Amino acid sequence: MHIPEDLLYTAEHEWVKISGNRGRIGITDYAQESLGDIVFVELPQVGAEFKAGDAFGVVESVKSASDVYLPISGKVVAVNEELLDAPQLINQDPYGQGWMIEIELTDPQEAEKLLDASAYLKLLEEE
Amino acid sequence: MSDREGKRTPLYEEHLEAGARMVEFGGWIMPVQYAGILEEHRAVRTRAGLFDVSHMGEIEIRGPDAFRLVQRLISNDASLAKGDRVIYSPMCYPDGGTVDDILVYPQGEDKFLLVVNAANTAKDLEWIQEQAEDMGADVAITDLSPATVQLALQGPEAEAILQPLTDVNLGDLGYYRWTRGRVQGTQCLISRTGYTGEDGFELYLDPAEGPRMWRGLLEAGRDRGVVPCGLGARDVLRLEAALPLYGHELGPHITPVEAGLGRFVRPEKGEFNGREVLKQQKEVGAPRSLVGLVMLGRGIPRQDYPVSRGDNVVGRVTSGSHAPVLGKNIALALVEKGYAQEGEELTVNIRGREHSARVVPLPFYSRKKKGVS
Repeated sequence: MHIPEDLLYTAEHEWVKISGNRGRIGITDYAQESLGDIVFVELPQVGAEFKAGDAFGVVESVKSASDVYLPISGKVVAVNEELLDAPQLINQDPYGQGWMIEIELTDPQEAEKLLDASAYLKLLEEE
Repeated sequence: MSDREGKRTPLYEEHLEAGARMVEFGGWIMPVQYAGILEEHRAVRTRAGLFDVSHMGEIEIRGPDAFRLVQRLISNDASLAKGDRVIYSPMCYPDGGTVDDILVYPQGEDKFLLVVNAANTAKDLEWIQEQAEDMGADVAITDLSPATVQLALQGPEAEAILQPLTDVNLGDLGYYRWTRGRVQGTQCLISRTGYTGEDGFELYLDPAEGPRMWRGLLEAGRDRGVVPCGLGARDVLRLEAALPLYGHELGPHITPVEAGLGRFVRPEKGEFNGREVLKQQKEVGAPRSLVGLVMLGRGIPRQDYPVSRGDNVVGRVTSGSHAPVLGKNIALALVEKGYAQEGEELTVNIRGREHSARVVPLPFYSRKKKGVS
């Protein structure tokens, strides 16, 4: 299970990469593995604002639909439109080409509540 | 990952070893996928896949009144289950609602084997016993499920893989026919049936021989590209072929006529449970019908999503999925009379938004038959 050191994580298996006041967000390797083949992704509009913990999108595997929650509050500034035609990118490269959205952080302090790589690994080991 | 309680088939260890993800289904712990649903689906459509379907229930009815009882239980005509002919049939309540949908294997004089859905096995047994008592039928009803492993080898290469392993000439075994024979030296009931929309076989055998049979079939079919397949692929395959799944397209409050199974309801055979209601529905139409929907835009319909025409909800999705064989998103839906015509444009409410869908003829997918261009 791949867990990059430079990202922050949630217990719901999302990741966020924070640079300055921006955050790039996706689902973890564990999440994509658990979901199986992803065949559809629903993304928010640019400009939409969400609080930490809000559902901002949906990923659907062949079998089921799952909400994806925002790790940290912010306003959507970019969405990965490639996923609309190639949702399998999330399976193939969850931390790279499979990113879902980019946000402008409303409250960068919230990052302190997120899990670092070792805390997330520990959480996975307990599941 | 904690809800792992349930019965294990004799192939449980094989599944774990093959890297399967296990889920609870119908009271059993079953493999939902191995390599991935899409890959397994593709294998069955183009080569072959092997499924452990030992969770299915097997109920034997034997005795002088076996025929009379089966004829009362099912809506299809039990006299068609004769010799080597297997029949598919709904089994109904007197109000026409569906107890289960089953396969009926005639087993010679005064004996039938019913293959039932895993989750319904206990309920069916109880229902059948109750009906037998009610009729005063002289029969013995036995649950053979624990004594049976069932494997399904499905796909265009299924015959080529199985033939070298058996003393039965599979070319002589037509669709929906069964026989007894040896496969890899083990006595089996071999049936040319399946739940994938492809050609294929279902094997019923002694549980003790299950793991050896499973490994042997995978080994023998390796060059032809056989892979182990889970319930995830099975569900997509059956949906593309528009084969009903109990609990989705069928249930106590859905009649087989509503579910589009009118051809398996034969009022002309005489009395049976549900005859009056079903006969009338066949003659004048049922209040609802099962339709196939293809989504015109993005979005995947799922069970229970509302189906509308304009502002009016006219039905519900019973099953929905991405259909890899079509590259489209599809659904089966039960809709009110008047909205079932081919070409009808309806909408499916997916997470609060209406998405356009069109009623299409069923099945969504049917295989090209051999020798037919």
